Amino acid sequence: MAKAKKLSEFRVERDEEKCIKCQVCVRMCANDVHTYDPETDTVRADSFKCVGCHFCEDLCPTAAITIEYNPTQTKENAHWKRESIYDIVKQARTGGILLTGMGNDQAYKNYFDHLVLNASQVTNPSIDPLREPMELRIHLGRKPDKIDCRLQMTEEGRKKYQIRTRIPPQLELEVPILFTAMSFGSISLNACKSLAKAACKFGTYWNTGEGGLHRDLYPYAHRAIVQVASGRFGVNEEYLERAAAIEIKIGQGAKPGIGGHLPGEKVSEEISHTRMIPIGTDALSPAPHHDIYSIEDLKQLIFALKEATRYTKPVGVKIAAVHNVAPIASGIVRAGADFVAIDGIRGGTGAAPTIIRNNVGIPIELAIAAVDQRLREEGIRNQVSLIAAGGFRSSADVTKGIALGADAVYIGTAALIALGCHVCQKCYTGKCNWGIATQDPYLTKRLNPEIGAEHAGNLLRAWSLEIKEMMGGMGINVIDSLRGNREQLRALGLNEVELRLLGLKHAGEAW
Amino acid sequence: MSSPNIYQSCRKEDKEYHIPSGCGISGIMNRQGKVFSGEAIYHSICNMTERGNGLGSGFAAYGIYPEFKDCCCFHIMYETALAQQNTEEYLKKVFNLKHSEPIPTEKVTRLKFIPLLWRYFAQVKEEVLKTHQEKLSEEDFIMKCVMDINEKVSNAFVFSSGKNMGIFKGVGNPDEIGEFYRIPEYQGYIWTAHNRFPTNTVGWWGGAHPFGILDWSVVHNGEISSYGTNRHYLENFGYHCTLFTDTEVMTYLFDLLVRRHHLDFEVVGNILAAPFWSQIERIEDEQTREFLKTLRIIYGSALVNGPFAVIVANAKYMVGLNDRIKLRPLVAASKSDFLYIASEEAAIRKICPNADKVWMPKAGEPTIGKLGH
Repeated sequence: MAKAKKLSEFRVERDEEKCIKCQVCVRMCANDVHTYDPETDTVRADSFKCVGCHFCEDLCPTAAITIEYNPTQTKENAHWKRESIYDIVKQARTGGILLTGMGNDQAYKNYFDHLVLNASQVTNPSIDPLREPMELRIHLGRKPDKIDCRLQMTEEGRKKYQIRTRIPPQLELEVPILFTAMSFGSISLNACKSLAKAACKFGTYWNTGEGGLHRDLYPYAHRAIVQVASGRFGVNEEYLERAAAIEIKIGQGAKPGIGGHLPGEKVSEEISHTRMIPIGTDALSPAPHHDIYSIEDLKQLIFALKEATRYTKPVGVKIAAVHNVAPIASGIVRAGADFVAIDGIRGGTGAAPTIIRNNVGIPIELAIAAVDQRLREEGIRNQVSLIAAGGFRSSADVTKGIALGADAVYIGTAALIALGCHVCQKCYTGKCNWGIATQDPYLTKRLNPEIGAEHAGNLLRAWSLEIKEMMGGMGINVIDSLRGNREQLRALGLNEVELRLLGLKHAGEAW
Repeated sequence: MSSPNIYQSCRKEDKEYHIPSGCGISGIMNRQGKVFSGEAIYHSICNMTERGNGLGSGFAAYGIYPEFKDCCCFHIMYETALAQQNTEEYLKKVFNLKHSEPIPTEKVTRLKFIPLLWRYFAQVKEEVLKTHQEKLSEEDFIMKCVMDINEKVSNAFVFSSGKNMGIFKGVGNPDEIGEFYRIPEYQGYIWTAHNRFPTNTVGWWGGAHPFGILDWSVVHNGEISSYGTNRHYLENFGYHCTLFTDTEVMTYLFDLLVRRHHLDFEVVGNILAAPFWSQIERIEDEQTREFLKTLRIIYGSALVNGPFAVIVANAKYMVGLNDRIKLRPLVAASKSDFLYIASEEAAIRKICPNADKVWMPKAGEPTIGKLGH
């Protein structure tokens, strides 16, 4: 039998004239692409092992290395593409489920790219954020329908109002962007620290994922949303006590309907402590919560967590965007959740079966619109906060997401890119050269949490400046006035069903 | 007197200046509830012709129907006789009609597309209210009827639906509309008026201002950039905006906050034109700081963003309010029992040359006229 086809996705080109044989690439590549042969004094590359993370390219002091796509093609076929063929080859030899990392990379219609924003001309003055106040502060949590207050007169005869409505706990954010759930385990402690520090500095929140709260992250716990997921890893009294808010994780956009699996070889001493499991054991998160088989069970868990924290913290629920997302979200609100997080089909992951990631769920844009509308029809949208997640790439995506109806946006991949990630999608291998999606101390020390925090913070700063510019252009000086303001959006090239579902007019249509 | 034709209203000399945009609004209230002729408001609004383009004008008057003060008065426009027939059938089912008649008008040759204009003095049938499934209050029931007619009966539109008040409006300049409805012949204790420069919606008689529901009337100069947010927020409370005008949103917000949430106008001002977080943080008194913060948390979606100046009235109040950074003009004045609010001082000086006090209300600070105070 002939040698099996093996996909070499990339080609490592080395300019021999530039190469000084310093071997930094040999030492640094976690995938062992580069080797040094002392007999011939040459550095060689095995392109088959390259994942396209570009780490060596960035490190090479003489810019001798270029990583490029391997132009070799299977015979052109619109249906049987290279990926399909090679996936079958891999499965024929292994008999296993193919794994991948990060968000869906398929060419599904990207609704963000079909939406355009408005700006004021003449009848409504645009506002310059450099000269006028422009407010991005938001509060996530449950809101009462109305305020009940009593008027009092002070001795000087001034009016004063006493609030008689109990306001449930709120998270205060200076920017409507949060770092999404990424566990210590799926990413390194240095990556967690980078995001946690940036969130604290910028006045937003980060999310522990189902990884527990490592003691080194305690200083940032007051800005942490801690997850309670199906494996209950790391959940104890202190975990809940230290957190700012609690998120019950039902589903994730990259793998709706299935659980998670952290292989035992990654469960080091630190992870073992944090997740509260023995060293070297597999950390298996079941597909469902085995105490939640229906909505009333979810209600019990929400209130158990509220009781445990004496109603001092918001308790939210995260679900994947699936076909029935709107009624499900409505049920979650009625079950007592203070916020609902929805993760769309392009949401990222540390590891997921490729077939699930690429084929299950719906785009977040449609999910936001459907949930926002459904909650409004039921008269409960104003009572609850909606966080959208899954593939937000820029401040424009965030702005569009909020205009469609979200209160705030979770970012994951974008935050990791700020830390160095080059989206090679090999997180599940644990060999991340950038020190992000790995637990190998040789690799994790490459990510300096101080610098990581600075870069992640810079991203938040840059995006908030851009959001302010876009808002100012629309004549809006507070982010609340953008939430669900679909009049500020127009669609380009969408059909009537899409327009109806998104609640949008087509570009060219006036108010 | 300018021409009703928009293409002629841009006079030659205007080209040397910026083209005025926006609207003119004016309001007069006698705080003791003494009635006075509509002549004052007519002259006031006519002194701001520059602020309109002949595509809409109107008046709201309170205290004009003392003989029917316990009846809800519907001012309704019909574009077809069938619409009138259908609407009257609907009204007769749920209301006892005490009196109905065409709204008296004068012939003004320059006005076009004049609809049928009728007024009805009616009381809700008690048995209807008792048997209604949703146990609505009388006011909520009337509001539901108005929304039903506006949404479901084609070619019919309710201008106003309050007690002892009425809204008179149409497509034309304020002098023409005032003359058409014989405004100076009515006697009221609150009057508001509007002169329109429409940019967003077509000049349709129902689209002129004031906008009204129950005894609310709103005259509004501005463009609400938070329109989509406010409209969606109101849907949570059962308000459905069908007209796609900014003023409709403003009216429902006042109704929600004042009538249904029982908030006073100072508080409503702090919601619709909320102070900035930085302003709130500077307030020394902790209770006030917490109160304003809480208002913003609960009512963030009710904040009205974008430039506006508005005069809202009901049977007991006339209130002027600006947006949070005062992007549209609003002036107020008082003279003995009278309170004046207008887009321009000229509109006040014209009818009250020697006011006791003239002032510019600050951004977001409501100017409140209360009956009996």
